Amino acid sequence: MRPLPELTPENTAFWTGGAEGKLMIAFCKDCDQAIHPPQIVCPRCWRESVETRAVAGTGRVYSYTINHQPWAPGMQVPFALAVVDVDGAPGVRITAEVVGADPESVAIDQTMRVTFLNVDDVWFPQWEPAQ
Amino acid sequence: MTMNAAITGVGMSDIGRKTGRPAMAHLLEAARRALDCAGLTKDDIDGICTYPGKADNSPGMSPLGTGEVRNALGLKTRWHSAVPDGPAQMAPIMVAAMAVATGQARHVLCFRALTESSSQTAAQRASIPGAGRARLGGWYSYLVPANAMSASNWAGWMAARYFHEFGMTREHLGMVATGQRAFARHNPSAVMQAPLAMEDYLGARMISSPLGLFDCDVPIDGACVIIVSAADAARDCARAPLTIEALGSALGSQETWDQRADLTTMGAHDACADLWSRTDMKPADVDVLALYDGFSIFVPYWLEAFGFCGHGEAKDFIAEGNIGPGGRFPVNTGGGQLSGGRLHGFGLLHEACIQLWGQGGGRQVEGAKTAVCGMGGGFIAGAMMLRRD
Repeated sequence: MRPLPELTPENTAFWTGGAEGKLMIAFCKDCDQAIHPPQIVCPRCWRESVETRAVAGTGRVYSYTINHQPWAPGMQVPFALAVVDVDGAPGVRITAEVVGADPESVAIDQTMRVTFLNVDDVWFPQWEPAQ
Repeated sequence: MTMNAAITGVGMSDIGRKTGRPAMAHLLEAARRALDCAGLTKDDIDGICTYPGKADNSPGMSPLGTGEVRNALGLKTRWHSAVPDGPAQMAPIMVAAMAVATGQARHVLCFRALTESSSQTAAQRASIPGAGRARLGGWYSYLVPANAMSASNWAGWMAARYFHEFGMTREHLGMVATGQRAFARHNPSAVMQAPLAMEDYLGARMISSPLGLFDCDVPIDGACVIIVSAADAARDCARAPLTIEALGSALGSQETWDQRADLTTMGAHDACADLWSRTDMKPADVDVLALYDGFSIFVPYWLEAFGFCGHGEAKDFIAEGNIGPGGRFPVNTGGGQLSGGRLHGFGLLHEACIQLWGQGGGRQVEGAKTAVCGMGGGFIAGAMMLRRD
């Protein structure tokens, strides 16, 4: 059984943006810093004018791992987890499962596109190959 | 800049897998052994400290807090603390050193107790943060719900990036695992003592690529106690005090396992740079290394973090035989957590102290006088240098 994140004012946009097919990332309205995980204050300028913006939903694999061990009852293995540098959000990585591809085919620098898995009130980002 | 603090005694319980013994029984045994080692009695202990404190974050991760241990052992203390947020599992030893150096206490009992082996079932794995909770918060809420549940996943993607950038292979990590097993064969308290050959290592099942079964440490039941004493009080103890030469606690990146700009480095690199800024000693002065090996990949990271070799050079450093039995910079001479069992860094420091006291038996490093210890992986790290004068 997949545990769910607690939805908070800071992270709700991130976890529910998938309902509209959007990857929502927090940015500082004043200094444009991309912020992840989302929080109420900009760690660079300390202003509290953090907003969320939809980014393109694409990115490049910084690293990955193929998980073979069922850590929870019912977990289907193997699957790949990709740590992806998100386009349009410098310094932000989103780690998520890779879907729509053989886990063994995942490679560093591969380009990915986001898709979403809905469980209850959460839309989990997942990565699928862009091509 | 030597601290006015020293390690004066260490003790470890009879650790094992599925021991069925209560955590407090392990703790009592470890405390008794540490006091015997130091030549102290219960009444000499006037401080107590632990990491992380009683926590049900994941099964068996920390069944005892300072309150229960004070009650059970009948301790009267002048100072107590538990440190869940600090420089990794080393935090309680660091704050204990600061406590004795500032006169808050004279002899602090620092402990770590785990019952991860007994607590683990197929449905309830040890080391899965937030296990059993419906909703998660904090840094791991961005990983665990995404099915990146295990630290082996997080270490796995660090290793994959490191392999990609520097051409490390599984054979290099196999040298870490088999080398530590070779040490463990001379350590009666190690939980894994059967010979481990490279083909056994390579043939074992994959856990989270590129990390396989023998790249992962072993959950155990057990307890370890380290006694930290004020420098003047340490002189009255049974053994030569192991002076804390320097500590390093710096942390330059976020509390996450995936956002650090360069994941071929980790918190250890910040902490070690911090440590070297506080001492005139150099890596070449070090005789014994105790490096956190929750996963084998952390060993090359710590080697580079401490500066025993350059960034990206650990694979050659390892292949040249530097870190195994007979090597110039022997790492985890008790078998480490990979073969000795996961005492969350305390076991590694315990072994470093045994070496500095010359009591390592068949695994003793000749003339060992100086040790470094690094605890933690990913974003958390604490670094220490010890010396016996």
